[in-house]
Amino acid sequence: MTMNPAIELKGISKSFGPVQANKDITIRVMPGTIHGIIGENGAGKSTLMSILYGFYRADAGEIFVDGKKISIPDSQAAIAAGIGMVFQHFKLVENFSVLENIVLGAESGALLSPSLSKARAELATLASEYELNVNPDAIIEDIGVGMQQRVEILKALYRKASILILDEPTGVLTPAEADQLFRILKRLREEGKTIILITHKLREIMDITDTVSVMRQGEMTATLETNKTSPENLAELMVGRKVLLRVDKSPAKPENPVLEIEDLNMFDDFGVQRLKNVSLSVRAGEILGVAGVAGNGQSELLEVLGGYRKANGSVKIKGSEIDLSTGVAGDGQARRAQGIAHVPEDRQREGLIMDFMAWENSVFGYHREKSNQANRFFMDNNAIRKDAEAKLDRFDVRPLDTKLRAKNFSGGNQQKIVLAREIERDPDLLLVGQPTRGVDIGAIEFIHQQIVALRDRGKAILLISVELDEILSLSDKIAVMFDGRIMGERLPSETNEKELGLLMAGVSGEAVQ
Amino acid sequence: MDIMPKWVDIIVVPLFSLFLAAFLAALLILAIGESPVAALNLMIEGTLLRSAGWGYMLYYTTNFIFTGLAVSVAFHAALFNIGGEGQAMIGGLGVALVCLFIPWPHWTLAIIGASIGAALFGMIWAGLPAYLQAKRGSHIVITTIMFNFIAAGVLIFFVVDVLKPTGSMDPASANFPASTHLPTFQDIASLMGFENAFRSAPANVSFFIALFACVATWYLVWRSPLGYEIRALGKSGAAARYAGVRPVKIIMIAMMISGALCGMMAINTTQGESERLILNFTEGAGFIGIAVALMGRSHPAGVFLAALLFGFLYQGGAELALWTKIPREMIVVIQALVILFTGALSLMVRAPLERFFMSIKKADV
Repeated sequence: MTMNPAIELKGISKSFGPVQANKDITIRVMPGTIHGIIGENGAGKSTLMSILYGFYRADAGEIFVDGKKISIPDSQAAIAAGIGMVFQHFKLVENFSVLENIVLGAESGALLSPSLSKARAELATLASEYELNVNPDAIIEDIGVGMQQRVEILKALYRKASILILDEPTGVLTPAEADQLFRILKRLREEGKTIILITHKLREIMDITDTVSVMRQGEMTATLETNKTSPENLAELMVGRKVLLRVDKSPAKPENPVLEIEDLNMFDDFGVQRLKNVSLSVRAGEILGVAGVAGNGQSELLEVLGGYRKANGSVKIKGSEIDLSTGVAGDGQARRAQGIAHVPEDRQREGLIMDFMAWENSVFGYHREKSNQANRFFMDNNAIRKDAEAKLDRFDVRPLDTKLRAKNFSGGNQQKIVLAREIERDPDLLLVGQPTRGVDIGAIEFIHQQIVALRDRGKAILLISVELDEILSLSDKIAVMFDGRIMGERLPSETNEKELGLLMAGVSGEAVQ
Repeated sequence: MDIMPKWVDIIVVPLFSLFLAAFLAALLILAIGESPVAALNLMIEGTLLRSAGWGYMLYYTTNFIFTGLAVSVAFHAALFNIGGEGQAMIGGLGVALVCLFIPWPHWTLAIIGASIGAALFGMIWAGLPAYLQAKRGSHIVITTIMFNFIAAGVLIFFVVDVLKPTGSMDPASANFPASTHLPTFQDIASLMGFENAFRSAPANVSFFIALFACVATWYLVWRSPLGYEIRALGKSGAAARYAGVRPVKIIMIAMMISGALCGMMAINTTQGESERLILNFTEGAGFIGIAVALMGRSHPAGVFLAALLFGFLYQGGAELALWTKIPREMIVVIQALVILFTGALSLMVRAPLERFFMSIKKADV
């Protein structure tokens, strides 16, 4: 056994200002294996991989590839060392063909056509070798995300990568596409490639990796053989304490309908129809989960209900029709007055003003309500501050400092600020999009508990999430969206991931049954 | 966490920028063969050591407070209003119409009327580009600067073709009636028994209106729900939309408040000083407002202090031009340097200071 590890990192440390993102990280990945790196957001996974790919320089530590010590000052050096990276957000030119994207940056000379024909031949070999079939002449924007990801993998292989790093690769995929990706990864492993998979999904780690490293707060807390560990064990290592992976909830006691949507249609600014005859209803004391791959109209549904997108159709709240024109009677503040609270999908872009202090954010959207006004002209800042302190305390926001700006809280705490604001208003209907995206496991548990508690108080909840696990464990009823349409509704007890996955991929309900 | 204590951010960074700008200016003065020390002495003598110097300085300061506040209100909505010059000109027109065509019994009423006229006209002039930005997406920087030229044309038309008394060769309106004339600091001082104070200096009661505007702006921006919405929109358009803040409305309102403040500058220049409508009375104050807002970090207190500083530079510059061969434009150079250091190069100043504070913090731990 004198095989050198494909990659070995020794004592890697990196700080950004006062924050130490990586502390003395040591890791060995043997060739021909799939190595998972798991950790919460902000645990330092991405920083570590960025160091490996030459985006950052480590403050201390050494990198060995195939037993040779190398330095990686930039991504060119990483590519030369045989390291390829597939980013979470693809780095593709949308209006170029697959072939052009693959060649981009690796042209062999001043003229393009020899490079392209060489790449075409190369691509054919790669396709047969790894079962990575793509049409080289397809334009990127015309192909699905699963295909785009394949192009990213091909790009790395075309550059002779023997070590492939994938950063959260399944975030944008349907379950079926994810399965396909995993088949490809297994095939690559058979061919002797080394794969590093960065993810926060325990299931993926258990499914596909040979070894797994757990990171917490910049440190590598453990490296284990996957078949000798369990999801519970990994979660505990990630968070540092025991966590509940399943939501603990009693059966729903649904009452009268709170939200009734009928024949909702919406066109975006480019005239593309984003919602097609959507009809849904949510009753009091019930969580309706809307599943779907990102970009199939769920965001638009939330925006329409939240009052900032025009739509046609009928939406009733507790029996009374609401204004869908986004005029003064139908904007976000009007919606809030009607008892609709909204936790938006992107808390940093929409849910919070990152430069505002926590207390200012604690009334965002409700700032014109009487209770927040000292008199006709001015806001009652003292009362708002005091109220914010109590709210944030109840939602266990840390640090409990209402004068801290939103951007200085961690992702989970930012989300808690938004939830505190929306749930503490005791709304009749809570719209909630991606409640736990980018949130650490410990906070996920808490956030799920709060949503269930609101349901148990007899409120209606419309949950939108791309995490199928979350939908399955929280929802009392599941609707699946594809291409702006509701593909079908299912009860969580009577369905499974496979069926939902097919619906999410656009296979019609009848065909599934 | 913020790396530096707040006071460093608010006080040390602008002072440091100012110091750098002054240092470069001193080198320039050396290069044209004058002594920077003598120049500084002269500026201080001509401004701070004579009451008339104060009178001139505060006159300029009044202008800069108005335009500085105007630019900072727009800044809070992430709008860059470089049309202060034009808005002030049209504000001047408003003042002239109010003063010439309404018989005012007393200046106290006239100043209220003129303020309203000035604010209204400035508001309309800023409202047009604001509408184009909010509804049509024309960039406010481009439109406001264009509107400066249009305003200059409109002002010339009104002064030369409408308001100029027949037979007069001077491109100016008729003199305003005496009942609209504002008491200057000299008048106030002599009422209190100081006959010789502020002799012939133009500073007048509109300075106090400028101070009031500082306080009002503070309440507007940090206390009112409208100010909250302006700041929210300025920080994040997407978040504002989510919260039901209407961008079109807020852009319009923020720019109109900005225009109103710029317009109100004219009560100082037109009603207070020239007592008739003349051309070019704005003297670039609309642009200096940008520097004032940058240096004052868009906070009324900061704007007030920065306006004082620029008032000092303006009056001191006039003294330099009078007594040395340093041209008055040198002051423009210094202003440009201040803008450069406080605005464009603020990171250059900030980064080493942040490193310095970080090393202190580390030493503490």
